Amino acid sequence: MATFTRGFGGRRDDRDDPRIPPGQTLVRDWPVLSAGATPEIDPADWSFSIRTESGLHTWTWDEVHALGVEDVTVDIHCVTHWTKLDMPWRGVPLDRLFDDVETSLDFCTVHSFGGYTTNVPLAELLDGQSWIAFEADGEPLTPEHGGPARLLVPHLYFWKSAKWVRGIVMQADDEPGFWENAGYNMHGDPWKEERYW
Amino acid sequence: MSVPSPEPQAVGLEARPAAAPPAPVRRRPAWHPATVASVAQETPNARRIVLDVPTWPGNDPGQHLDLRLTAEDGYQASRSYSIASAGEGTRVVLAVDRVDGGEVSPFLVDAVEVGDAVEVHGPLGGWFVWLPGRSERPVQLIAGGSGIVPLLPMVTAHAGADDPAPFRLLYAVRSPEDAFFREELDAARGARAPLTVTHVYSRRAPEGSDVPVGRLTRDALERAVLPPDAGALVYVCGSTPFVEQVLRWLGELGHDVSDVRAERFGGA
Repeated sequence: MATFTRGFGGRRDDRDDPRIPPGQTLVRDWPVLSAGATPEIDPADWSFSIRTESGLHTWTWDEVHALGVEDVTVDIHCVTHWTKLDMPWRGVPLDRLFDDVETSLDFCTVHSFGGYTTNVPLAELLDGQSWIAFEADGEPLTPEHGGPARLLVPHLYFWKSAKWVRGIVMQADDEPGFWENAGYNMHGDPWKEERYW
Repeated sequence: MSVPSPEPQAVGLEARPAAAPPAPVRRRPAWHPATVASVAQETPNARRIVLDVPTWPGNDPGQHLDLRLTAEDGYQASRSYSIASAGEGTRVVLAVDRVDGGEVSPFLVDAVEVGDAVEVHGPLGGWFVWLPGRSERPVQLIAGGSGIVPLLPMVTAHAGADDPAPFRLLYAVRSPEDAFFREELDAARGARAPLTVTHVYSRRAPEGSDVPVGRLTRDALERAVLPPDAGALVYVCGSTPFVEQVLRWLGELGHDVSDVRAERFGGA
């Protein structure tokens, strides 16, 4: 049975919005959460690579942009209980990169500058479900929010949307990344509250 | 501006992360019923809340938990809080700062009473953790305001274990009254385990003290923290702007910021 906390009423503004998953609270600012330092990366030094069983595919900053930048408006959900609705982003769908990549491997380890990793099944990155994002709220992504480029996978908790992203390694097995090794869920669906192990 | 080893090409893409979590989480997190065992004013804006959690599996210094409140009609609100205690006991200590306009922290700071029921989920986090005996590296702790909460159990565990690793704490607060855990830090300073504490006061120093008043500067940071060649484990915790500024300065001062562990408190 649930435990009631005497005298707690809650503020519950916006809580009726059906776009807010269980256990989440609406925010209007954009909190910063990272495990360590914020790397500063010049777009001129940035590239994105996908490693498959057949080798390495690499795109420069300009080459990724040339694949076609989209405007998207999505809701983002952080495992630390905040949700931000209707957030405008600009980025290139992962579909466009995988158009040029043949692989029979089903799982991705996403790698970032600074050593961060996170795991996502390939099927959850394709079909318009993820982007390499360069802008949010109409501005280039700042370093503390993952600029110059971060992964955007809005249907999973936001730790999957790796900041300072630089590449993906394709694998046969789903292997835990940084937070997944430290107690967080392998999948991270906010609607199922897949927060922890 | 420091750039922590960005690899311009995909070289090393297959490598494991340079900074893997230090140890697997030993205790599986779960929801636990909890009762408020005591409350005490910690600072003018924060309250210490001791929870009695009979099924708590214990936690490591630096871990956090999710706290959930349920209204009588079933409405729930959850927030993450760092834990100010560590070890195997079933008493869990929190120190909660009031976020003006917040939904949960004003209730915890102003309204919650001994005997009230809440729920906690944890222990959580295996990265921002320090345990005695795991490493001989010296430790540099840097806290702003309530950012001291997850660092206090590291200091306490270090003192309690007579751990020989040199510890330094740089603690930035507005005034002496805003400093958390004054008794606990004084007690740890009196222990055998080596600990140096430096306070920085942005608005007012203790009466009779000759400590200069002012916000933390890069020079003050450099004077207070272990030098880059000390090879220290560095933990930084505070508000997002505080942590970002400290990390930038540490990089400029030659520290390997890719090796620094940081925890940021959002306003949310």
